[in-house]
Amino acid sequence: MELNNSKAKRITWWQKNQVKISPWIFLAPGLIFFSIYVIAPIFVSIGISFYQWDGLSPSIYVGLQNYIELLDDEYFYISLWNNLKWLIFFMLAVPIGLGLAIFLNQIVFGIRLIKSLFFFPFVISQVVIGLIFTWFYQPNYGVIAPFLNLIGLEGFSILANENTATYGIIFAGLYPQIAYCLILYLTGLNNINPEQIEAGRMDGAKGFHLFWNIVLPQLRHATFLAIVVTVIGALRSFDMVAIMTQGGPYGYSNVLAYYMFEQALSEYGYRMGYGSAIATVLFTIMMFYILFFIYRMYRNEREDNN
Amino acid sequence: MFPTPIHQKPIVNQYIYKIFLPISLIIWLIPIFGILMTSIRGLGDITAGNMWGTPSEFLLFSNLYDVFTNTPMIKYTLNSFKVTIPTMLGAVALSCMTGFALANYKFKTNLIIFFIFIAGNFVPFQILMIPVRDLTFKIGLYNTITGLVLFHVAFQTGFCTLFMRNFIKALPQELIEAARMDGASEFRIFWKIILPLTRPAIAALCVLIFTFIWNDYFWATVLIQGDHAMPITAGLKSLNGQWITAYHLLSTGSIVAAIPPVIMFFLMQKHFIAGLTLGATKG
Repeated sequence: MELNNSKAKRITWWQKNQVKISPWIFLAPGLIFFSIYVIAPIFVSIGISFYQWDGLSPSIYVGLQNYIELLDDEYFYISLWNNLKWLIFFMLAVPIGLGLAIFLNQIVFGIRLIKSLFFFPFVISQVVIGLIFTWFYQPNYGVIAPFLNLIGLEGFSILANENTATYGIIFAGLYPQIAYCLILYLTGLNNINPEQIEAGRMDGAKGFHLFWNIVLPQLRHATFLAIVVTVIGALRSFDMVAIMTQGGPYGYSNVLAYYMFEQALSEYGYRMGYGSAIATVLFTIMMFYILFFIYRMYRNEREDNN
Repeated sequence: MFPTPIHQKPIVNQYIYKIFLPISLIIWLIPIFGILMTSIRGLGDITAGNMWGTPSEFLLFSNLYDVFTNTPMIKYTLNSFKVTIPTMLGAVALSCMTGFALANYKFKTNLIIFFIFIAGNFVPFQILMIPVRDLTFKIGLYNTITGLVLFHVAFQTGFCTLFMRNFIKALPQELIEAARMDGASEFRIFWKIILPLTRPAIAALCVLIFTFIWNDYFWATVLIQGDHAMPITAGLKSLNGQWITAYHLLSTGSIVAAIPPVIMFFLMQKHFIAGLTLGATKG
């Protein structure tokens, strides 16, 4: 009798609190996993940046030493400067993607297939894209070579020249990134309210005026996403650099992401502390964009709830 | 519709458009044609600098044979599948639950947890590299496929949660309320009502995660060293070092590496695009 009673009580307790406890049961596996592999490592890395450590022997606390060294490190500045170039020129993917989207947003025979083929580069690994472009840039038998010969730059190697290497890599990186922006904008154009466009046309809006005042505002969401993914792509640029130049010549095409890897994990040495300091700098830069993204999401959430 | 549909324009414009469209496509795909053309050539053409002319021999099959027999390419490809498919299943399973929890329940820290998932998803890999490598070492999974999969599942859960949560939030709430009124348990609601409705979201995530993970290069270099566990991206890079100027083989290898995500993309294009635009698609 008593046993039955307590069982009944337990069920009611569970029923009462089910809605309160369930979310945590659903969240637990994902949240624990994510905390161990993503959240905690951020703090551990920041911690390591205050130590000198080769990954094996005991680490030595050095305070801000790694950061002070960074301030004097010529290669750090080159990488930082290159990251800035990436940020600026990678942004070209956004207007080019938009232009292409407008060009392709038609209904003609075979357009679906044509659009898919335009998306193509985005699906392929950056390793493959990097390899293709490296080969294109080859001074003697590459694809660019005949054009370079034409303007008297015989045997000029884009990736071996300290002034052009970074631009060569960025150009290659733009190829999939433009495809990404194109996808975002084609979806955006597809979702535009046709009545507003017609109303604009009735009012005599045409061409650029129509585009700027009526179409572009409606593409806000696509533009926002395109900018976010392009900024993150620019700051994350690693694969292309690793494949095409490994930061060379003499570190002139390096970016923070690759420089960090080089310092911490390559034949140049296992300087975990110094690497972490570089990673922390990169993380801090990225955090501005992340916070901006989250702030916007937060605003949307509040609007949704009101 | 913007821009003005071409069939409403003068006939001259229509012709110009129809001529320009294929031309622009060909220009856009030059890099792809480049590897396709090279993969059918022999070493003779490469050293002679014959990159765009008619191939002197058709050697695609011989090149494929070379790539598959003289290099660990088959192993690399299998490894890529062994990394990609479990990651896909793991991340989608975890995020169905987290997405459901964040979309469906009101509690104080809901938004904060949601934002943590989003922020983590955008973080540069380098800030995770050393601790994750260290952790993988400590649990004895360095240089194993399992070690790589565990990290990928955890990291991709961030993006998948963002996607799933928004998708589930857009589902009609009445369904859930009605089921609760009928006394259905929360797990039953999740299993019987939510999961069947999220099928399109699950499909979108599967294609996206497949492509992301298949193309991953960074973590494959950080967590894997030997051929036995190396996925195809890292494998290609290491072959690149050995072959140097054997572009015909490199191109063939690149095509092998590109085929699975390309097939996936063409089969599931609609889902793929829905996933990329965070579900902002209509039809």
